[in-house]
Amino acid sequence: MISDLWILATASLVAVACSMVGSFLILRRQSLLGDAISHSVLLGIVLAFLATDSRSLPVMLSGAVLIGLTTAWLSDQLHKTGQLQSDASIGIVFTLFFAVGVILISLYAGDIDLDQECVLYGEIAFVPFDTVIWGDLKTGIDLGPRAFWMILIVFAAVLASVVVFYQRLQTVTFHPTLAVSLGINVVFWHYFMMTLVSMTTVASFDAVGAILVVALLVIPASTAYLLAKSLKQMLWMAAGFAELAVLIGYALAFWLDSSISASIAVSAGIVLLAVVVQQQFYQRRLRTQTAIQSPLSAN
Amino acid sequence: MNSSLVSAQPPIRVTNLSMRYHYKPVLTDVSFEIPEGKTIAIIGPNGAGKSTLLKGMMELEPLIEGQVEFFGQPLANKRLTTAYVPQREEIDWDFPIDVMDVVLMGRHGQLKFWQRPSAQDKQIAEQALKDLKMWEFRDRQISQLSGGQQQRVFLARALAQQANLYLMDEPFAGVDMATEKAIIGLFHTLKAQGKTIVCVHHDLNTVDTYFDWVLMINARLVAAGPVETTLTPENLQKTFGSRLSLLNDLTETMYRTRLNQAHDHD
Amino acid sequence: MQAEFELLNAPGSWELWLEFWRFEDMNALWVLSGSILLGISASVIGAFAFLRRRSLIGDALAHAALPGVMSAFLLFQTRDPVVMFLGAVVSSFAGFFMIDWLPKHTKIKADAALAITLSFFFALGLMLLSYIQGLNVENKSGLDKILFGQAAAMSQQDITLLMYVTVFILLVVTLLFQKLRLIAFNLNYARTLGIPVRFYEFTLALLIVMSVVVGLQLVGVVLMAAVLLTPVAAARFWSNQLTTILVVAGGLGAFSAIISTQISYLAPAMPTGPWMVVSLALLFIISLLFAPQRGLVHRYLQQRALRFKVAQENILRTLYKLYERGDFQQRPFNIGDIQALRAMPTNALKKTLKRLCQQQLIEDSVNGFRLTEAGLQQAQQLTRRHRLWENYLNEQMDLPPDQVHTQAERIEHLLTEEQEQQLEMELANPHFDPHGRDIPQGDAERQPGVKAQGGKHDQ
Repeated sequence: MISDLWILATASLVAVACSMVGSFLILRRQSLLGDAISHSVLLGIVLAFLATDSRSLPVMLSGAVLIGLTTAWLSDQLHKTGQLQSDASIGIVFTLFFAVGVILISLYAGDIDLDQECVLYGEIAFVPFDTVIWGDLKTGIDLGPRAFWMILIVFAAVLASVVVFYQRLQTVTFHPTLAVSLGINVVFWHYFMMTLVSMTTVASFDAVGAILVVALLVIPASTAYLLAKSLKQMLWMAAGFAELAVLIGYALAFWLDSSISASIAVSAGIVLLAVVVQQQFYQRRLRTQTAIQSPLSAN
Repeated sequence: MNSSLVSAQPPIRVTNLSMRYHYKPVLTDVSFEIPEGKTIAIIGPNGAGKSTLLKGMMELEPLIEGQVEFFGQPLANKRLTTAYVPQREEIDWDFPIDVMDVVLMGRHGQLKFWQRPSAQDKQIAEQALKDLKMWEFRDRQISQLSGGQQQRVFLARALAQQANLYLMDEPFAGVDMATEKAIIGLFHTLKAQGKTIVCVHHDLNTVDTYFDWVLMINARLVAAGPVETTLTPENLQKTFGSRLSLLNDLTETMYRTRLNQAHDHD
Repeated sequence: MQAEFELLNAPGSWELWLEFWRFEDMNALWVLSGSILLGISASVIGAFAFLRRRSLIGDALAHAALPGVMSAFLLFQTRDPVVMFLGAVVSSFAGFFMIDWLPKHTKIKADAALAITLSFFFALGLMLLSYIQGLNVENKSGLDKILFGQAAAMSQQDITLLMYVTVFILLVVTLLFQKLRLIAFNLNYARTLGIPVRFYEFTLALLIVMSVVVGLQLVGVVLMAAVLLTPVAAARFWSNQLTTILVVAGGLGAFSAIISTQISYLAPAMPTGPWMVVSLALLFIISLLFAPQRGLVHRYLQQRALRFKVAQENILRTLYKLYERGDFQQRPFNIGDIQALRAMPTNALKKTLKRLCQQQLIEDSVNGFRLTEAGLQQAQQLTRRHRLWENYLNEQMDLPPDQVHTQAERIEHLLTEEQEQQLEMELANPHFDPHGRDIPQGDAERQPGVKAQGGKHDQ
């Protein structure tokens, strides 16, 4: 029972943190960069682990952020100097990084407690067993799962960034050109966002793995994008949809005895689907009711 | 606010500005100065580089060469006195944001990055919306506005910047009569306060009624000056006639071979 | 990378490698030929996706195949490759539809639609996979191999299917090549020609889906994107001709397939996909650096050569100016004289002078440097072009004389014979530049005996 609570708490933090970061990704039309970074982060984790032999939070975070920013920067460079389309350059960079990560894992399979499976699913069901212990191993106090604390810290960082820099992020996201003309350093905020994305994906890694995190980044945020009237509303809604997905997904996994993280991602998709269907239905009715009604319908 | 103190310098001075798109020269060696307190139209055929000129001046697109000075200073020192109104098309109008928030963005130049707009900022935004008769739409999401209304939101935002110099990219494009009147009203108010307005403009018929000054552009500066003396048939012929092909070809070759980088400066 | 060396040095791997290339192992041969075919067909079809600016579509479609494979297994309880293939094609197509539909009918933008589809289908596939693993059914093991691909785990049937499908893809592409190229290049124009664009788009989508699906066992869901995308991105550096690009891309795809199959043969536990991606990425980097014309190294060398040329021509012109000031008396000038007129670091100046000597455009003597006959001619021509251009800017562009020099400094290096003639015509063969200096006349006028290159100089 306690472990169920830990799992739910961890999953909720992961989902909500992802949905906030994801909202900005969606609005900035950088979901593919988010996808890329979530893949590359694997290499960051592996390299950081091989270099330091530790899985402590600062090590993992710095490895991931470094690789995440490298992905963003390298894709950009390739786009400019190689004269390639930007999504092609993103695709080349992240598949390479991810492939190297997977190869390293299989080469050092004995040394890293990561396997290919865990890269894909994460192991949220095992999260409660890997705990942080305060003090001596035998007599110390069990503080709860490591993954939980990790995502809690990152969640706090993301939340704080969004609250404190809300206005800047809004301007930079809504209208980069205007932001430049106001003298705002758009490049800085771009890499700031990418740092948040990298941090969030690495903290979510234990729970949901490198790929399912993409679902949590883009799906609840897109659902909110369909409905929200302001950025604040969108962030709240995205968080709400993310939490809803966690609850439904957990129940689904329990019922089918399937992977918890995959079920959560699937539920996020189902929620999106429901909203899309409802909107289509509503629009169709609106169209038939009033033949000449102006511009509510999206183009 | 105390523009009279700095008015010794022209609001804009452009020297030898060149810009390109890929390897195609868009503007070559453009130099001009504009006077303060006037409305100035930038005219020229399609693809002449009118919008590009504005973007280059605002450092939104890179200059190959040249300097732009605002009141005798680089842009970085004069951001707050310069407001830019971009074309409507470049925006995601589905963005979840309401009218008031868009206008408040105009106040961002004055805010530190953690600061929120103060009550005073909100008052300024409110006044700007009222000036453009958009106050009753303040809570609308921007996708629910008509084209003209969207344009007025942009203008209100620029107004909220309380600048001395306004650079506008085709503010009259595709707007309704009410909006056109509102913009003209705005021009009068701003001019009365001694502010300078530079507009990319596409309607030749209205140049002499709406504007005092004109910059005629076709990949290069053809003419610049007061409307009465500059908007002559001869200059119009030069502007809307064909381009100097040799100049364009060679400038393109230059960019393509990157000769301008290979050359030692002397 | 230490472990890698261990792997290769391990006793037996050399023998294994020899064995592989003696084609003793029939199964290995099959896998090799299958993966080569896949490498070729995926690269070729990926090229069209790339040209249609949908580089990452393969990524999404590969992920979208996963639930299809799983549901096919659930429904029919079989690992028959054809059943799996059909299941995957159906769900990939559902994914394709979704990517297309979402941006058209909702506010969701294209990039988000791609990411949504990719992650949702993938999650669905993983959910089904984990569900299957909890069930008590036969031969469910190995289903997860399609995540990262494992060449060694492929059965004879898998490979036969792979071969049929890839050959089919290559045939269709060859057959429809002209139309596909037209559509990739200019969709709307193709439409105006009355070409059934939708049909070809559908065919292309089907081919992409097929090649993705058939590659899953070899490369895996996660990295399939790279096999479609990286070869064409690399090939793009080698040519501007679509057929050449396709051939190069196919070759790169095949080459990476050979590398990864060997690794898989030597170390059967290794996933094949990542190795294929890494070898493709290496080929990409090589292309980026060393391709002729568009490679970075070539571009750098070209730039350097141009810098040399410009520096040399500048010195020639400076020498001409000195010669002009000395009332057209040929005499040597020292480095100081030159540097007084042209600001240039002494080292670079010396090197440039040396190169000019080597080309016999100037002569080095105790008193300094003087133009040779050939050097004088070239210097004269450059000066002429420079001053003609100044005139052009002054007259046609209304630039004041003090602003024309900088531009002319550059254009003088570019003007061709033909453009020079055009300038003469437009300017009515002027004799003075805007600064009032003499414009040296063309070869034909000055030295009637010497035949001008163009031959059309008679005036």
